[in-house]
Amino acid sequence: MVTWIAGMLMLTVKLSLVLGVLLFLAAYLVWAERKFLGRLQVRYGPNRAGKFGLLQPIADSIKMITKEDIVPTAADPVLFMLAPAVVAITALLMFAVVPFGPAVVLWGREIPMVITDINVGLLYVFALSSLGVYGVALGGWASNSKFALLGGIRGAAQMISYELSLGLSLVPVVMMARSFSLVDIVAAQADYPFIIFQPVAFIIFFISAVAESKRIPFDLPEAENELGAGFHMEYSGMRFGLFFIGEYVHMQVFGALLAVFFLGGWHGPLLPPVIWLLIKIIVISLFMIWMRGTLPRLRYDQLMTFGWKVLIPAALVNIVVTGAFILI
Amino acid sequence: MQPIVNAAPLSPWEPNIFSMTLYGVMVTALIAVLLFISSWLGQKKPSPEKLRVYESGIIPTGTARLRYPVPFYLVAIFFLIFDVEGAFIFSWAIACENLGWSGWFQITFFIFVLVLGLVYIWVKGGLEWGPQAKS
Repeated sequence: MVTWIAGMLMLTVKLSLVLGVLLFLAAYLVWAERKFLGRLQVRYGPNRAGKFGLLQPIADSIKMITKEDIVPTAADPVLFMLAPAVVAITALLMFAVVPFGPAVVLWGREIPMVITDINVGLLYVFALSSLGVYGVALGGWASNSKFALLGGIRGAAQMISYELSLGLSLVPVVMMARSFSLVDIVAAQADYPFIIFQPVAFIIFFISAVAESKRIPFDLPEAENELGAGFHMEYSGMRFGLFFIGEYVHMQVFGALLAVFFLGGWHGPLLPPVIWLLIKIIVISLFMIWMRGTLPRLRYDQLMTFGWKVLIPAALVNIVVTGAFILI
Repeated sequence: MQPIVNAAPLSPWEPNIFSMTLYGVMVTALIAVLLFISSWLGQKKPSPEKLRVYESGIIPTGTARLRYPVPFYLVAIFFLIFDVEGAFIFSWAIACENLGWSGWFQITFFIFVLVLGLVYIWVKGGLEWGPQAKS
């Protein structure tokens, strides 16, 4: 019983740390995005709150919490409240299967550096990423605004289309690691990261991941100059904040998944494993921000054409070729 | 793929379903607390302008529960088909070495049929967006 309580304490501390780091990084990714994007557009970005605007995330969160929580009279109140929570919760839960290091021994007990090592971890990620579609579609529908509705159905169609190529691009990874468990997939990359053998799958997964997190050049659901703000147009205060948290946690989770599936997860020389995973996440996120500063938005037909006519056939061919190579 | 080990389902020392459930409870509680605090601290001064749906300052006409364009519905159906096929491919991928060449030829044939389906909806114009050319 005593060991159980001690373990429970340890587990609570571990989970709080994971959650804290995720939210902290999400808050500072917003700062990094505004600062970096500002620099790319030859302006300063936030520079009033604290040195280099470093206190900006804190100021933003206070503002979001104390702002009025407006629910339009025409909106569906229950779904209107649920939609942002669905987006934020699915994004945060997705991190549960990401391993961030080898097991650590503390006071004679082994502490696994992963929240849960279920043997269908990869399918769990897909399940949650599909559930995330509900947040966008319901958020757009429940607002009872035409712009939001357009953003919501655009978002739903885009996310389910790119989920196919997202899933198919990971079949070769499963074939090479012979497991759905993310811990095993990382362990299989102890010598070489999978990107060396699977550059095509890496590119397909990266493009689909950017489309799944609805970032430029795939930000059709919230295209500012045609839809106002798209599916989250009617949201204010903390509910808008939850959509925001969801988006930036999503970015980190896809950074972490990209690292786990193709870049060797926490494997790396010299530095501790957790630091390596964090470095990979931050580099991928900064790359996504850089893309936002560089690329224009696609047209909707180009977006769907690219997903269905390029990425899905490429992923299917990649599966067949990889299968032949593994069997030779 | 390893079988499910159910030796100590409630042990907090293992990376099992228990720790995932606890994580899920913590995440949900955090979001609920955030929503509660904001509804408690936020000011409440409703006015007709605030509660009206925003449509660039123009007073909205009619409801927004519009009928969806058909292409979105088609995409949903295509997604269902291809997602189920994806599930079949995944179940082959996990055992691809044990199934050997016969398994490879079977899944290749399966993927070939899948690509034929994709070509069919492509040729039929199911993937076309925007205004259709009047014939």
